[in-house]
Amino acid sequence: MLAELGNFAMLLALLLATALTVFPLVGAQRGNVAWMRLARPLAYGQTLLIAISYVLLTWVFVQHDLSVAYVANNSHHLLPLVYKISGVWGAHEGSLLLWVLILAIWISAVARFSRDLPLPVVARVLAVMGFVSVGFLSFTAFTSNPFERLLPAAAVGQDLNPLLQDPGLIFHPPLLYAGYVGFAVAFGFAVAALLDGRVDAQWVRWSRPWTNVAWGFLTLGILLGSYWAYYELGWGGWWFWDPVENASFMPWLAGLALIHSQAVSEKRGSFHAWTLLLAIAAFSLSLLGAFLVRSGVLTSVHAFATDPQRGMYILAFLAVVVGGSLALYALRAPKNEGKPFVASSRETLLLANNLLMTAATIMILLGTLYPLLVDALGLGQISVGAPYFGVLFTLLMAPVVLLIPFGPLSRWGREENMPLLLRLMLPWFVLSLIVLVLVLLFWPNGSLRTAAGIAGGLWVLAGVGVYLWRRLKVQRQSLTAENVGMVLAHAGLGVFVVGVLVLESTQIQRDVAARPGMSFEVRGYTFEFVGVEERMGPNFVSDFGTVRVSRDGEPVATLHPEKRHYKAGGQVMTEASYDPGIFRDVYVALGDPLDANRTEWAVRLYVKPFIRWIWIGALLMAIGAFVVAFDRRFRRRVNETEALPAASRGAPA
Amino acid sequence: MNPTRKRRLWMAILVLMAASIGGSLILWALQSNVTYLHSPTDVAVGKVPEDARFRLGGIVSEGSVIRQPGSLEVSFVITDRFHDFPVMYDGILPDMFEEATSVIATGRIQDGRLVADQILAKHDENYMPMEVADAIAAAKAKQSAAGAGAGAGAGAGAGAATYAPNTPQGSTY
Repeated sequence: MLAELGNFAMLLALLLATALTVFPLVGAQRGNVAWMRLARPLAYGQTLLIAISYVLLTWVFVQHDLSVAYVANNSHHLLPLVYKISGVWGAHEGSLLLWVLILAIWISAVARFSRDLPLPVVARVLAVMGFVSVGFLSFTAFTSNPFERLLPAAAVGQDLNPLLQDPGLIFHPPLLYAGYVGFAVAFGFAVAALLDGRVDAQWVRWSRPWTNVAWGFLTLGILLGSYWAYYELGWGGWWFWDPVENASFMPWLAGLALIHSQAVSEKRGSFHAWTLLLAIAAFSLSLLGAFLVRSGVLTSVHAFATDPQRGMYILAFLAVVVGGSLALYALRAPKNEGKPFVASSRETLLLANNLLMTAATIMILLGTLYPLLVDALGLGQISVGAPYFGVLFTLLMAPVVLLIPFGPLSRWGREENMPLLLRLMLPWFVLSLIVLVLVLLFWPNGSLRTAAGIAGGLWVLAGVGVYLWRRLKVQRQSLTAENVGMVLAHAGLGVFVVGVLVLESTQIQRDVAARPGMSFEVRGYTFEFVGVEERMGPNFVSDFGTVRVSRDGEPVATLHPEKRHYKAGGQVMTEASYDPGIFRDVYVALGDPLDANRTEWAVRLYVKPFIRWIWIGALLMAIGAFVVAFDRRFRRRVNETEALPAASRGAPA
Repeated sequence: MNPTRKRRLWMAILVLMAASIGGSLILWALQSNVTYLHSPTDVAVGKVPEDARFRLGGIVSEGSVIRQPGSLEVSFVITDRFHDFPVMYDGILPDMFEEATSVIATGRIQDGRLVADQILAKHDENYMPMEVADAIAAAKAKQSAAGAGAGAGAGAGAGAATYAPNTPQGSTY
């Protein structure tokens, strides 16, 4: 009964979403105010219905109704309650409903916080987002319905994939989806501007805070995914250039470019066409990600079990969205060029940022799609190794690190005093070089990459410091929320650079065959293998290992790596154990028993320097993005902002 | 030439240069980082170039897994039910590695066996890795074309599979 109600609410939401697409859009084109006014109530109604549908699906999970196919496939009566609730998005169908719910919440948020915008703009934006909602709702309802009944009902549930029985499941997907779907807002504003035919600084100003928030969520989602992979999968890595990671990284990069190009468009009226294109690209890449994950074309840890019909559906939707918006773009893209700028100006630096981010996106796109292309042409099955991405991405990001301090320091339009900027940064450049040499000489087990990481991070952080000093002490201006956000995000990049390069160049891994009482030395740490005992969990049996870690005789930590055998699916999961630290993680994962009486075990030992800097850096970037969205300028009323002076000097990008 | 035109010309030249440099870098990097998937039959008929790093897909032959006592060295045989090929690996095997289940080993051939540096096992018992299924189906097709026509029941799994790698390659969720 509840499942039927949920299904009904979902179908009703689809109906409202269709109305949301049609009436406000037609109203806006014809100037029919009553039809345009329908946009907000339809948006709220749709959100309410999807929320009801979502709550009902959760309720069905909590009740453990095995006559619903989705529950039978993804739950088990032994499953802890928290995973029954988060298990709703643990597989394809339910995660789509979550996706739709988050989209609906974004739509309602736009409806609620757009009071100051002209009605036709609101109507168009909501209609475009409504169209996206129609696409995903109909996809859910007709190809991937989570409310489908299973007759006769299953006797026992098949259990949630044990990989997903982890706090990571609770936060990673919702945050990630909030990011993916959030780009629909920038997309909505872009398409609305194209439909309107008036592409000016206005639409950019409206959509900027939304883009920032979406990008912040995406950053958090990817960050949590990385951290989850690190501790859950037992491989101790933080990024693998797995196709599905790439699928989330491409919209992230495009979104990063978009944030910066929106700043130029808003403040200088330049790059409009480019900004529109990036808004379309960021959202299209989100859709491409959905296609890659859900169509079954990829083989990956992330891939949902899927059938080709679903892939075709998303591909068709992708074609409509990309094709339609690009066609509109071709017809309507603005030709005006905005305020002029010369080679030495902030615009040029931001252009460089955009080119490099776009190049990185294209590089990843090629590397991700190339195997699919080769396979489709029947030329064999290939995989593109991580070094392809790693090497090229590092090459592309090196100029970013080098140039980033100059962006915020330089002026819009024309930086007359480039020599001054160079002089300002010169001491820091020299200091970075000295640090580079020192690290190269003295860092334990360091290499050129270690040195480059620390010097590069120092350089970026020095750039942030010089900016703050100049703005506060020399120009005696206060910091706007936008400035603060930029400072945080750029500092985050500095921390990130240090983390990545130090980790990647100095981490160490050792696989050993361990008997109780044996000790192993790795990078000055002594790992003493105490042994493995059997323990019972709520729905698994665990091989519970104990490893004592010490350094120079001082105990550091006692770690308990586990191997869990889940009762329902018979699956085995490695639960790694680690001792976190600002400057290093010590990490142990348990392998298989190597002999018949289970006394000798395969054990993997890691020392991972600076790995937390990677996540701290990413966290700073996300916080920075959120802070920018609170800048007061974005909340001024329309008539005020119209007369906004080019308050551009020293403002961040 | 007026300044705007001149600027545009420079922009166009710069973009073209950047694109061509970027394009050739990407191609070069792709070329040097691609590994092909082959079945034991492919290896038997000499389809795999010597010294090439490649991925060998198939099923872990029953009773073939042998461990070296006191070390992590393990050897096993990958089969597509028509041909077998021995694999050597020194490291921790992934969680789902088992006899009679599908596996992908990456490495190079040395002394008549694959010395693997990475082993991927299927991650979900419901699915057979698409790539392995394809490799086996291809081997079978070749075999039946050659007139053998025996139908081992191993091939037909469709749908995506998920891998549990033992070394970095894949990720969460």
